[in-house]
Amino acid sequence: MGIADLAARRLASSLPTLLLILIGVFLLLQLAPGDTVDALLAQMGGGSDAKVAADLRRAYGLDRSVAAQLGQYLLRLVTFDLGFSAIYGKPVSTVILERLPATLLLMTSALSFAFFFGIVFGVLAARRVNSWTDTAISTLGLIFYATPSFWFGLMAIVVFSVYLQWLPAGGLEDITASYKGIARTLDIARHLVMPTLTLGLIFLAIYLRIMRASLLEVLNLDFVRTARAKGLDETRVVYRHVLRNALLPMVTLIGLQAGTMLGGSVVVESVFSLPGLGRLAYEAVVQRDINTLLGIVFISALLVIAVNFLVDIAYAYLDPRIVSGS
Amino acid sequence: MTISRRTALTTGAAIASSVLMPGRVFAQEAPRKGGVMTVHFATEQRILNPSLQASTGVYIVGSKMQEPLVDLDADGKPTPCLAESWEASPDGKTVTFKLRKGVTWHDGRPFTSADVQFTAMEMWKKILNYGTALQLFLTAVDTPDPLTAVFRYDRPMPLGLLLRALPDLGHVSPKHIYENGDIRQNPANTAPVGTGPFKFVQYERGQFIIAERNPNYWRENKPYLDRIVWRVVTDRSAAAAQLEAGEILFSPFSSLAIADLQRLGKDPRFDVGTRGNEGNARTNTIEFNFRRPELADIRVRRSIAHAMNIPFFIENFLGPFAKLGTGPIPSTSTDFYPSDMPQYAYDKALSQKLLDEAGFKRGADGTRFSLRLLPAPWGEDIALFSTFVQQSLGEVGIKVEIVRNDAAGFLRSVYTDHNFDLATGWHQYRNDPAVSTSVWYRSGSPKGAPWTNQWGWQDAEIDKIIDDAATELDPVKRKARYADFVRRANTELPVWMPIEQIFVSVVNKRVRNHSNTPRWASSSWHDLWITA
Repeated sequence: MGIADLAARRLASSLPTLLLILIGVFLLLQLAPGDTVDALLAQMGGGSDAKVAADLRRAYGLDRSVAAQLGQYLLRLVTFDLGFSAIYGKPVSTVILERLPATLLLMTSALSFAFFFGIVFGVLAARRVNSWTDTAISTLGLIFYATPSFWFGLMAIVVFSVYLQWLPAGGLEDITASYKGIARTLDIARHLVMPTLTLGLIFLAIYLRIMRASLLEVLNLDFVRTARAKGLDETRVVYRHVLRNALLPMVTLIGLQAGTMLGGSVVVESVFSLPGLGRLAYEAVVQRDINTLLGIVFISALLVIAVNFLVDIAYAYLDPRIVSGS
Repeated sequence: MTISRRTALTTGAAIASSVLMPGRVFAQEAPRKGGVMTVHFATEQRILNPSLQASTGVYIVGSKMQEPLVDLDADGKPTPCLAESWEASPDGKTVTFKLRKGVTWHDGRPFTSADVQFTAMEMWKKILNYGTALQLFLTAVDTPDPLTAVFRYDRPMPLGLLLRALPDLGHVSPKHIYENGDIRQNPANTAPVGTGPFKFVQYERGQFIIAERNPNYWRENKPYLDRIVWRVVTDRSAAAAQLEAGEILFSPFSSLAIADLQRLGKDPRFDVGTRGNEGNARTNTIEFNFRRPELADIRVRRSIAHAMNIPFFIENFLGPFAKLGTGPIPSTSTDFYPSDMPQYAYDKALSQKLLDEAGFKRGADGTRFSLRLLPAPWGEDIALFSTFVQQSLGEVGIKVEIVRNDAAGFLRSVYTDHNFDLATGWHQYRNDPAVSTSVWYRSGSPKGAPWTNQWGWQDAEIDKIIDDAATELDPVKRKARYADFVRRANTELPVWMPIEQIFVSVVNKRVRNHSNTPRWASSSWHDLWITA
């Protein structure tokens, strides 16, 4: 059975979930008092004419019933039209596309950082289990995990931007100078160091705990004893035999967390003033911009489905029994 | 750094004069050309054009690109901007503006009276918040020649009111950009085209806005700055850190945490204060819903006002940037502020006595009755104040439940659904009580109009005072009428305004010529410069 077949089946089984999520979010937002025109009036700070507000409601289609609004939204969605954003005055797809690169950049770098160092420290801790190395790594992991990310981010800014002045305090790139090409890439990389570490450290803590536990478990299995009996040295045992088997829980985790990271970076994006999807979603809720919010939910859901699909493929690579078993 | 001949000459002149006049050594620094001003932009706006939306969030950006007919000078008096002079007819129904010659829009087209006519009739009168009420009786703008605009009103328009309102509500937009199509959908709404010292360059949502120097600006050799960059920073603590790191030079309109404002106030690198915002005074409100029978009783409203120890609250929570309020007209408004108005000093015993007299005895648990208080979600001070109200009223036997909402939810609940007992937020005073203050008391506001009388309270006397004052041409009589207004408002107490505040600015000391007018943050910054 081919990968395309698997992909099609995956997508088909996700569609009902996607629909339920969209309807749920739509209805939840209806429960909050006030609509996007109220949010606009709040920005105006008063003195607005009642007729102007009524005109705006008609323009946004807010004068129709909730069922009609929802029906129309879903109909449009079938044609992949995400609608028009009330806050930005642009198509939602454009608004999201503008924000997607920053989110993906941050997410990929933070996840890669957490995944890589999670493996390194997890293996280190497991190989020297109960030694001072193990204790130190586990304690650090616990501290990272327990620290709120906004605090971590703000402290990083205070130390590295305010006092040491090594790194920029926020933003995606330096806008007072306009860099091109490689200089711009380096500039963006500099801006991403602190957000990546802030977001990555919490995940790092989880990864290293899982890696350590999983490695310790696999180390006690029969085939490891066999490998050792063959006369392989410990390093070869760990890297050739144990690691690949111990990676499965890590791959599961990365699939789960790809979704969390999309929505969960509101805090990091706000602290570091990054133009990501998390902040966009938050803004869309506060401004009651239903189209934008549903658009983000839709795109995020698609991303989660895609990542989970990739995870399934990775399973098959790591453990050939999984695909043949289906 | 290159030194232009002008800089060299002015610096030379300054040195020469300091030699000649040793007593005045460099009192006046020579402005430096160039540099980038970076500004904290806390809440993103849907539009940036100040002729379509009157709010500080728009002014902080749009007023650098688009200019008003009239501005305020350092003393808060109206001063020419796009209009060079003005004159009102004796009956107050005609106001003639002579416009500035040789002004061009950023795209090179000349600025004429046709632009003023178009903006006044299509934007100020039809769309602009506060503008629609101000220009309600505007019937036409005549343009006898390209540099004359004649405003014609149905009812007398006090010239003082118009001139005090125009710095906020008199920004002009280019007719040739807006005359075709739906004004609200015009791309220039987020990419303003104006006559101002800075030209719009780029707006990246969620990140920044950039404007650059307008080389053809009508004020000779202005502006000094090369660029202005607004950085979108939604997190208040992050904004404070960026100020300290020097990545932001100015944070306007009390956008930081109160604790950070007090901390940066002690930092020698920053000017922290209310100067430059005197034209943006606000008062904290307690709004009563008369649909609750308890609150319809004047004794209960007065009792609530007496129950709060406002000086204690200010001293312990707000610090030096707030003062005791005395009613709807703040003390900064010297043209209108009345003295000796009815007040409600802290008096717990009197407060309890009033409640007893009104027939609301304490129950078995010590509670007389319960109220729901809705705090507006803007401003840390409002959140603190709502808790203070809760505790103060608890002491006199009124149980208060705080119901928090976000902006849209708050406006909908209070001003449309009337689903509140008490509400607390800000009343923004805009230099003349007729602009944004009397609407809090005048009856007849349609349901759904935020920051208007939605209390279920109607008073023929105050309605008459407000209507008289809005068309009174004699400034002395107008002032007296507004004293009557405050006296009535403070006696009947549909809303109590016990705290007065002015927005706080945090400016890096490298920035020069800042805060030099009462609405500096909202002004064009043509004379702003930054040291090397």
